[in-house]
Amino acid sequence: MSAVPQNLRPDLAAIAAMIRPGARVLDVGCGDGALLEHLVATRGVDGRGIEISQANVNACVARGLAVVQGDADTDLADYPAQAFDAVILSQTIQATEKPATVLSHLLRIGRRTAVSLPNFGYWKVRAALLVGGRMPRTRSLDYSWYETPNIHLCTLADFVDLTVACGATIVEAHALEESGLATPMNPRRLTHGLLGPNLSAQGGVFLLKKA
Amino acid sequence: MTDAPRFARPATRPADVGLAVTLPGPLALDCGRSLSPVTIAYMTYGKLNAARSNAILICHALTGDQFVASDNPVTGKPGWWTSMVGPGKPIDTDRFFVICANVVGGCMGSTGPTENDPATGKPYGLDFPLITVPDMVRSQKMLIDHLGIEKLLAVAGGSMGGMQVLQWAASYPDHVRAVVPIACAARHSAQNIAFHEVGRQAIMADPDWHGGKYAEAGTFPSKGLAVARMAAHITYVSEAALQRKFGRNLQNRAALSFQFAPDFQIESYLHHQGATFVDRFDANSYLYITRAMDYFDLAAEHGGVLADAFRDSPVRFCIISFSSDWLFPPSVNKQIAHALNAVAAKVSFVEISTDKGHDAFLLHEPEMFDTVRGFLNHAATDVI
Repeated sequence: MSAVPQNLRPDLAAIAAMIRPGARVLDVGCGDGALLEHLVATRGVDGRGIEISQANVNACVARGLAVVQGDADTDLADYPAQAFDAVILSQTIQATEKPATVLSHLLRIGRRTAVSLPNFGYWKVRAALLVGGRMPRTRSLDYSWYETPNIHLCTLADFVDLTVACGATIVEAHALEESGLATPMNPRRLTHGLLGPNLSAQGGVFLLKKA
Repeated sequence: MTDAPRFARPATRPADVGLAVTLPGPLALDCGRSLSPVTIAYMTYGKLNAARSNAILICHALTGDQFVASDNPVTGKPGWWTSMVGPGKPIDTDRFFVICANVVGGCMGSTGPTENDPATGKPYGLDFPLITVPDMVRSQKMLIDHLGIEKLLAVAGGSMGGMQVLQWAASYPDHVRAVVPIACAARHSAQNIAFHEVGRQAIMADPDWHGGKYAEAGTFPSKGLAVARMAAHITYVSEAALQRKFGRNLQNRAALSFQFAPDFQIESYLHHQGATFVDRFDANSYLYITRAMDYFDLAAEHGGVLADAFRDSPVRFCIISFSSDWLFPPSVNKQIAHALNAVAAKVSFVEISTDKGHDAFLLHEPEMFDTVRGFLNHAATDVI
């Protein structure tokens, strides 16, 4: 595995490790282009992005990336099937209006789909609600309930259910610790009684393909 | 270089149209005719580097001209894109060699209907052949060849300029590295054509038009051309901006006059737009250039599939649109991005939030400046 820059978010580093050199990659919700730029520089990918924020698109354009300002909820339908080797959706699915539709489009557009997401089953989140009695605010999801863009939060187990509903096969799965450490996990064993990654992981990274 | 006077309207014609070159041609036109020789009036800014790798061509819009970054000799006003082009500006003339040419069919020194037909010694008038956006671009390629530039770093422009930019990418993909089409479309819509037809009919309904031979008649269809400009100007601004600037405010009066004199500020504003326009633009040129835009349909050249215009294109695209532009709305600009995506071209697309309508591309839009600066800086990496 190639060196990962210090500033690359842990989930992005985990996704980067899943991308084959030279692949055609579409990063949906690519932010300021940090991951795409990293993939271009270290893996020689042919990268494209979709990003909703104008300022972020400008940052991507200044990095020489090809990024279309748009919305995952509305724009994915315009992309042809199997156009990309890999499609990436990092920390974005929880902010989409129709996660199932978005995931179905990703599975159609890419031969592989890499998804990272926050785990609302993480024990600190559960504890915040149980003890605090208010909607949890975490470091990565630091919004009040009434202004959060994260309208479709779920647990890792919930997400695995969605992959089944969308007809996807899980090729790889990694639990993301708060420290940034990514460890392989068995998506069929996310819960052991109360324990397991569904409780212990802050987030997850999945590599999917159409079954 | 040409030195003969080329203008028949003395009061408003520029003595100095900047640089001009008369090329032997022929310039083969889409209508089947050709022009030879063909004169192209142009301006340059900055210095061409030794490697000839820092040239950027700017394409002007319907009523623009070659004076993109220096004072216009007709109006005495600053160039039409000084916010974008100049020393330290997003298109930085300290780094880039900027070229802007008056389109063929124009009225600022390039071969057009106001020029004398070599066959008759009189102004072409309506004997001038119909020209198209591809014709304009072919003539620009002749100029670029004449200047000894093998490959442009970039081609940029808004509105009709954006159409030329798209045509450049489609026609000469190996002669341009990066393109910036702004507030444009790959084809003129029915609504676009409709507004242009209103303008043309206004010109041709003016008794002073004389079937296009007003130069011989010693007249000028100012009223018709002014109405054409007034109608067009409405399409360049957004409803919200008109409301914000003028609302129902009255002009120099406290109450309605119960007459047809202009009561409202918006009426005076439009009259002003019309009046200043006829002092700088030719009526026949307006007919020809609006027609060129109407005829533009890049997909039609490629069996109706826009994506095929860009198949295997090595060109990098940065498409810029404006949220309140209803002449070339963001959705229409985005269709170009989708076509480019379908053939895996390197395309970026931005939609800038503004209430300034179509004309936003000419105005102070810091996000647009950031987009263009970042895109061009990266495109220039490893080249200059």
